[in-house]
Amino acid sequence: MSALARIVGRDLRLALRQRSDAGLVVLFFVLTAALFPFGIGPEPNLLSRIAPGVIWVTALLAVLLSLERLFLADYEDGGLELLALAASPLSLTVLAKVLAHWLTTGLPLIAAAPLLALLYNLDAAAFPVLIAAMALGTPSLSLIGAIGAALTLGARRGGVLIPLLVLPLYVPILIFGVAAIDAQLAGLSPRPHLLFLGAILLAALPLAPLASAAALRQALE
Amino acid sequence: MSLFEGRGLACIRSERLIFSGLDFVLPPGGALLLTGPNGSGKSSLLRLLAGLLPPAAGALLWDGRPVTIDPEAHRARLHYLSHLDAVKPVLSALENLVFWAALHGGGADGAAAALDRLGLTPVAALPGRMLSAGQKRRLALARVVAAPAELWLLDEPTVGLDQDSVARFAALLAEHRRGGGRVVAATHVALDLPDAQRIDMTAHRAATAAAEPAEP
Repeated sequence: MSALARIVGRDLRLALRQRSDAGLVVLFFVLTAALFPFGIGPEPNLLSRIAPGVIWVTALLAVLLSLERLFLADYEDGGLELLALAASPLSLTVLAKVLAHWLTTGLPLIAAAPLLALLYNLDAAAFPVLIAAMALGTPSLSLIGAIGAALTLGARRGGVLIPLLVLPLYVPILIFGVAAIDAQLAGLSPRPHLLFLGAILLAALPLAPLASAAALRQALE
Repeated sequence: MSLFEGRGLACIRSERLIFSGLDFVLPPGGALLLTGPNGSGKSSLLRLLAGLLPPAAGALLWDGRPVTIDPEAHRARLHYLSHLDAVKPVLSALENLVFWAALHGGGADGAAAALDRLGLTPVAALPGRMLSAGQKRRLALARVVAAPAELWLLDEPTVGLDQDSVARFAALLAEHRRGGGRVVAATHVALDLPDAQRIDMTAHRAATAAAEPAEP
């Protein structure tokens, strides 16, 4: 457990000293989402209707953008071998790195989402559901993304491969994430959709680190 | 007395047999020196001993028991030094070292002492990106020293080091072995390892590989 805390602590410290990496992800999120009104016109009703989808899709793309860095730096400087050779299980190490990744990308995205919702004139009643859906969904994005990042390690142009591997797996999160907000706007209960997001997270929490660890071992052979 | 043994080890990389039929027995305090030209499988053997690479044939035994029975215990008793230094450019030398030492159960005191032993105390607060290649290598060596482990697996440990640092490291190696530690080192340059066993990798090279050039 202490090894887990140490790895999270180190990765957070690294992220804090290289703030531009994490900042870039949020900037991408906000800028991309802000582009849509320019493309489709400033009609308020239309914007508030597409807001959930736009926010989720851009959040998803922003996470994708950050995935390549997840293991690559450690892989290139030899640190990943040492992490794999530490006494603690590699899947726990992966979980620690994913947690640090979520804290430096997922959490800032959640913080920036209300700003975009405001920009898109989303009904204020849907804000809590938006936050709840993102809080349940973004950790799954980091977890599932870790599998893609681990699988493409050592492959030529691995960064281009990650979206191909990961995007199909992100679709359920996108569907339930958007559906939760739409349900709230339509006066229905967002609960079943949020429960689905929770179920995806609960399944990904043990499975993704195991799969990523297996892929990392393969990459290190 | 526990022995670290390899029996009939073979390694296949990219469908090429690198070496086969390799045996060794390493008692506590023993040292094993791997020699041979580039591409003869020295690094592969070290990765195999570390458990990063499964052997294509043969077995690794610790105290008569295959290490695959309890890989976590095997990982806990070894330090592996590859040709990469694993130094993060934005962390200071000491921060880099404390992290790796802690993962191996060492404390900050051990890390500071290790820095001192390798003459890195003056640059302890400098970020990794400011260190020279030789200083980074010394920092990687300090990682091996900072937390105790029974088995050191060293891949070209002294590459890029000045003579003074090589001498310092030789003293650390001798100290490690006096305490019952084992060393397996792959090297081209002369390394001060008194009465070390030698394995010439060319002697174990597979017949098909020998016909091909060593480097692709």
